[in-house]
Amino acid sequence: MKLRKKRIVTAYAFLTIPMIFFIVVRFWPMIYSFWMSFTDWNLLSNAQKNFVGLANYQHIFTNETFIKSLCNTFAYVLVGVPITIILSLFIAILLNRIIKAQGLFRLIYLMPYITPIVAVSWVWRWIYQPLPTGILNNLLVSMGFEAQGFLNSTTQALISVVITTVWMNLGYCVVIFLAGLQTIPQNLIEAAKIDGANRRQSAMKITIPLLNPIVLFMIVMQSISFLRIFTQVYNMSSQGTGGPLNSTKTIVLYIYQKAFVDYDMGIASSASVVLFAIIMIITFLQFKFVKKDVGY
Amino acid sequence: MLKSDKRINIIIYIFLGILAFFMIFPFLWMVLSSFKPSWEIFQMNIFPQSPTFDNYSYVLEYSNMGRWFLNSLIVAGASTLSVLFFDSLIGYVLAKFEFPGKKLIFALIMSTLMIPTEMLVIPWYVMVDNFGWADSYWSIMFPGMITGFGIFLLKQFITTVPNDLLDAARIDGVTEFGIYWKIVLPLVKPALATLAIFNFIGNWNAFLWPLIVTSSSSLYTMPVGLAFFSSENVTQWEIVMTGATISTIPLIIFFLIFQKQIIKGIARSGIKG
Repeated sequence: MKLRKKRIVTAYAFLTIPMIFFIVVRFWPMIYSFWMSFTDWNLLSNAQKNFVGLANYQHIFTNETFIKSLCNTFAYVLVGVPITIILSLFIAILLNRIIKAQGLFRLIYLMPYITPIVAVSWVWRWIYQPLPTGILNNLLVSMGFEAQGFLNSTTQALISVVITTVWMNLGYCVVIFLAGLQTIPQNLIEAAKIDGANRRQSAMKITIPLLNPIVLFMIVMQSISFLRIFTQVYNMSSQGTGGPLNSTKTIVLYIYQKAFVDYDMGIASSASVVLFAIIMIITFLQFKFVKKDVGY
Repeated sequence: MLKSDKRINIIIYIFLGILAFFMIFPFLWMVLSSFKPSWEIFQMNIFPQSPTFDNYSYVLEYSNMGRWFLNSLIVAGASTLSVLFFDSLIGYVLAKFEFPGKKLIFALIMSTLMIPTEMLVIPWYVMVDNFGWADSYWSIMFPGMITGFGIFLLKQFITTVPNDLLDAARIDGVTEFGIYWKIVLPLVKPALATLAIFNFIGNWNAFLWPLIVTSSSSLYTMPVGLAFFSSENVTQWEIVMTGATISTIPLIIFFLIFQKQIIKGIARSGIKG
């Protein structure tokens, strides 16, 4: 009895500093953000925090720039996630079929994932440059095509950033899918072969269904990562503004500019609450879907 | 059957090879361009015609690159040490102790994983301001001193440590902290290594918070310094590429050294998830 009590005391003693940390650095800031989203606090013009109700939310949802950022963010997710998932799944299936150099290919594909996003964003920014410096445009022209605007074009900038991001994330997804493929029992595929199933049939009926939970998990993880996209947008647009004409601006960049360029903390907080809500919804959808899945 | 298999395999290798080229090309272009004199930037040669180190001496002279490198090393190193210590200690308590409120505490810690950093940066900024932490390493690294992910990972591993081993040590009069330090930690070394590698990479590459909280060049981390340096030299691509190369090479070396652990760590995160 005495020993048990002593162990309880020890446990609480070990947990004290961490719990203070989590309260001060995670929970309190979260509540503070919620609260600030209902105030008109501006670091430059208004040192006082007055409660303004839903005014900030009303403001952002009628604000053209915020709506644009919100739509852009969804565009990043809706374009980027399917490309990343389908391409990496396809590559993983191919990698799983070969024996020689599998590790080498995996290593090469993973390289962009490990390098600083800032550095590779600048390399890609140069690749996308207009003539005479941009290598991609030089390549297009030498093949007889017209030069493209890429990052300077309001219609192509977002997709250009998506392509760079897919390039960054691809290897990570390939490694996970490949690991998933390698846990699928080989005897299932052998059995199907004996029953006369061809490659495509065994892929559609065995491999892909068994891989479903991992694919779902990756869709959610990639969606969240595209929802929070910031660094490459900041570094690939002129002066980090999400241009041209806000065509690449995301919610996070909007939050950053509102809070740390305009010092409009109230508005920025309400935008961050919106982002939080979207991520929450996706996370709960995942829980719902994953539970329904059948294992093997 | 065998012949068509072989043909398919060749096609697969060609496809994977082309893809590998696309993955590597930006790096190749970056490194090779850093050795080009400025007039060669307008020629689309892959290899520099008259290779030079001038860009490197320019970057080292006109930027704080060395200092940013050191800053990143300090910030990423110190927060990784803190994460290793605290996450494993909490993981140990949650795995091997019974006490009231344990489930609640674990649930609370796990719930922090769902809070996006973007929602916390404004309050953190206010904290730094109010506590007078501005212009310090502490201001950059305090948010990442303990992580929910690491606690989860280490709790999983420490649960597998046999209780008999811990009880035997207790009978021998080893203190609870001694058990954690001398018995539990050495047994979960692989998990600690994985956590250390990912935490270090994550902190090294972190951009949003260091960008917000650092205001003087002497305190920039590598990504923040590189972003500002590149904007200042935006038309001089050979200089921008040199900066990018300097900041990338250490990570590629790090990656090549720890590739096995990194790949295993990533693969595990998918299957467990």
